Amino acid sequence: MNAPQQPNLLSIRNVGKHFGGLHVLQDVSFEVPAGSIYGLIGPNGAGKTTVFNLITGLLTPSAGHIDFQGQSLIGLEPHRITHQGIARTFQNIRIFKEMDLLENVMVGMHDHLNYGGFGIFLNSPACRAAEKKARERALELLSWVGLDHKADMLADNLSYGDQRKLEFARALATEPKLLLLDEPVAGMNPSEKTILMEEINNIRNRGYGVFMIEHDMRFVMGLCDRIAVLNFGRIIAEGTPDEVRNNPDVIEAYLGKEDE
Amino acid sequence: MLEQQLLNALTLGSVYALFALGFTLVFGVLAVINLSHGAVFMVGSYAALAMVSHLNAPLWVAMIGAMVVSGTIGLLVDVLVLKPLRARNAPHLIPMIATIGVGIMLTSAAQGIFGAEVLRFPEEIMPMGDFMVGEVHVRALEIAIVAIAFVLMAVLFTLLKRTQLGRALRAIAESPKAAYLLGINVEGLFHITSFAAAALGGIAGVLIGLNFNAITPFMGQPMLHKGIAVIILGGMGDIRGALIGGLFLGFAEVISKAYLSSQMGDAVAFGLLFLILLVRPSGLFGRKLERKA
Repeated sequence: MNAPQQPNLLSIRNVGKHFGGLHVLQDVSFEVPAGSIYGLIGPNGAGKTTVFNLITGLLTPSAGHIDFQGQSLIGLEPHRITHQGIARTFQNIRIFKEMDLLENVMVGMHDHLNYGGFGIFLNSPACRAAEKKARERALELLSWVGLDHKADMLADNLSYGDQRKLEFARALATEPKLLLLDEPVAGMNPSEKTILMEEINNIRNRGYGVFMIEHDMRFVMGLCDRIAVLNFGRIIAEGTPDEVRNNPDVIEAYLGKEDE
Repeated sequence: MLEQQLLNALTLGSVYALFALGFTLVFGVLAVINLSHGAVFMVGSYAALAMVSHLNAPLWVAMIGAMVVSGTIGLLVDVLVLKPLRARNAPHLIPMIATIGVGIMLTSAAQGIFGAEVLRFPEEIMPMGDFMVGEVHVRALEIAIVAIAFVLMAVLFTLLKRTQLGRALRAIAESPKAAYLLGINVEGLFHITSFAAAALGGIAGVLIGLNFNAITPFMGQPMLHKGIAVIILGGMGDIRGALIGGLFLGFAEVISKAYLSSQMGDAVAFGLLFLILLVRPSGLFGRKLERKA
């Protein structure tokens, strides 16, 4: 816990998680540096999503430390962790289908838009200004992912690829420092993947840290600065894409089976 | 005297809508069918009566007081009953059964405190100034009831549609988990929703108590049945649906009582509901029955 100035955005040390007698994660450690794209890969059931759920506070670790910018996240409720600057997207897209795109993004600004619900009836200049500013920011975020021209559309009517982009914009609306992406290209065709790769690069270039779980090897290898490999709840390799690609343990555990 | 009946129907229907609105709000946001809503309605009625007759409060103060009392009960139900069940991931039926228990407790408490006999508001507190519009005898009370119901509904609609609080509540209604991870204090909004919904139920109780001027510990039960019918007709969790459904039930009930049979009024109203549901099984505004946990 005695963390002096952490050079890393997110630091995971000796984290374990078990459900009853089932050890899902054991002694997991890695560091996500600021301003980079970090990847966590591993076969199905290796425990990747559990790592995300621990970071975002949906689950509490059985052992170890999770620090964000030198501060422990353990025991914080999910909305507090969002407040610290971590946002996430979901493996199964969870946009709000019955709202338009602008509203979807504005929901993400909850922390920054607290004029109280009754402000609208008082119609104070302060709350109108806050609402206007939030709208402009939401439009800006939509334009980052190229959806600003669809701002009034119901989210339910978006294509799959666009829904994923909307999720990015909404996650960025929480003003995070680190964006967690849970299998961002799951179910996408190659051209959608290429577009999304650009979007993620853009997000990094705007100064956000990105940490993703992904199955698609080509996608991860092409995009990430560093990669950790999880197998049966343990980290078996960590390093640059080239280092990981040539690691014999990884080839045996993962890449060999990935041949498709 | 069709016009007279239409006025009665509008009065009754707008209170049904107000009652159903709180009911459907809790279902939409918390995903709980709160069967104590009828008892909370009854408590609102008694709370206003007690304030008027024991504290000599003016009627409008008693109305606000009743909303606070009912709202507080709604909040307590959420904190003491629903929250522990959420924390334990109880299946959907469990909170529903638990709220039946709350309803029984509240009804028994009212019976113990106020007795089982019918109580009435003192005549002198009723809004005065009846007048005739053509052939129709309009009571000031009816105007007040319709006005209060529609103002409260307009406030709720605006809140949900135009404010960040409303956006957050609609987000929770679609996916509490996603809302949580976007930094929304879901538990806090559950509490606020429970308070507001019960406050709407409580004021509906006051309005019905005034309209029929008869308050009993058991008045919540038939109202609960009507509330369930209204939100099923309107589409579970849908705000517009509660409004339209409430007005529909009010009109169906009053018109069938007036022109068909006074005993069969409820039967005809509920029969009509059944027919509509045969055609539209998920209600007038019902969304596809899907919900992501």
